[in-house]
Amino acid sequence: MNSSNQPLETLNEIRDLMQRSSKFLSLSGLSGISAGIVALIGATVAYLRLKTDTLYDEESAQLAGFTRRQMMEFVLLDGAIVLVLAIGFGIFFTVRKAKKAGQPIWNSTSKRVVISLLIPLVTGGIFCLAMFYRGILWVSFPATLIFYGLALLNASKYTVRDLEYLGISEVVLGLFSLFLTGYNLLIWAFGFGVLHIIYGAVMYFKYDRTSSHPQA
Amino acid sequence: MLEHFNKAFESKARLGIMSVLMVNESLSFNSLKELLNLTDGNLATHLRALEEQGYLIVQKQFVGRKPNTTYAATPEGKQAFTNHLNALEAFIRTGQY
Repeated sequence: MNSSNQPLETLNEIRDLMQRSSKFLSLSGLSGISAGIVALIGATVAYLRLKTDTLYDEESAQLAGFTRRQMMEFVLLDGAIVLVLAIGFGIFFTVRKAKKAGQPIWNSTSKRVVISLLIPLVTGGIFCLAMFYRGILWVSFPATLIFYGLALLNASKYTVRDLEYLGISEVVLGLFSLFLTGYNLLIWAFGFGVLHIIYGAVMYFKYDRTSSHPQA
Repeated sequence: MLEHFNKAFESKARLGIMSVLMVNESLSFNSLKELLNLTDGNLATHLRALEEQGYLIVQKQFVGRKPNTTYAATPEGKQAFTNHLNALEAFIRTGQY
């Protein structure tokens, strides 16, 4: 079969190859949904334990019956557990989707996605730890949203476009959260919980289901 | 009309190689093999043909002790490929099959 006899088919193959070679398309919507659920649980635990969304001064810690140090340790531990579980589930569902589709998992495009995610994320992580060290607890909530949003925005160049919109949403929420200091936890739960679930569901119905049923 | 089609891109494999090198700065032999689903020998033959045309450049490096060969499209290669795509497009527009 001479390819130049079927120009339309050839063009479609070229477009497919260009996409596949430059973008990591195995990102699973379920990764987003599971990360969102983990974040909601983490935020609920924090709210139940601290019984306040006002995390920015000594007084609020005392009101909840904590010393400031206890409050910080609790928030750090809770955050770390959420982070590890969310990343774990995220990797699990994406690896599963790639395997199902017979696509390689660790290739040049997935490496680019990971590196472009990690640079803003690690920067944000160190920034938040520094704020903790200085005793400015509340800034971590808006800061994690902002740095995570920038990380998504950065990585979206090498994967599905939806990540770009999620990234922008997280950055905007984080900026709002900087001014609404009494609602840090609530906004954080919305950004990491609700938005992840919404975008994860959109991606799941848009890509995951169609890829497993190509005829549909 | 057919004279605008570039002979160098007649095979599917060569079209594929140029397609992925248009959107990636450079790719290793193994990434190309994985993307295009070709055997070592087949891929090597097509790569050599495109290199002889001056459409791609080969860079041999060592990563530790392992040799790592990467391929990149030259400006001439990108131009030739674009011309070929334009010819394909024109061919479709006129509806001649």
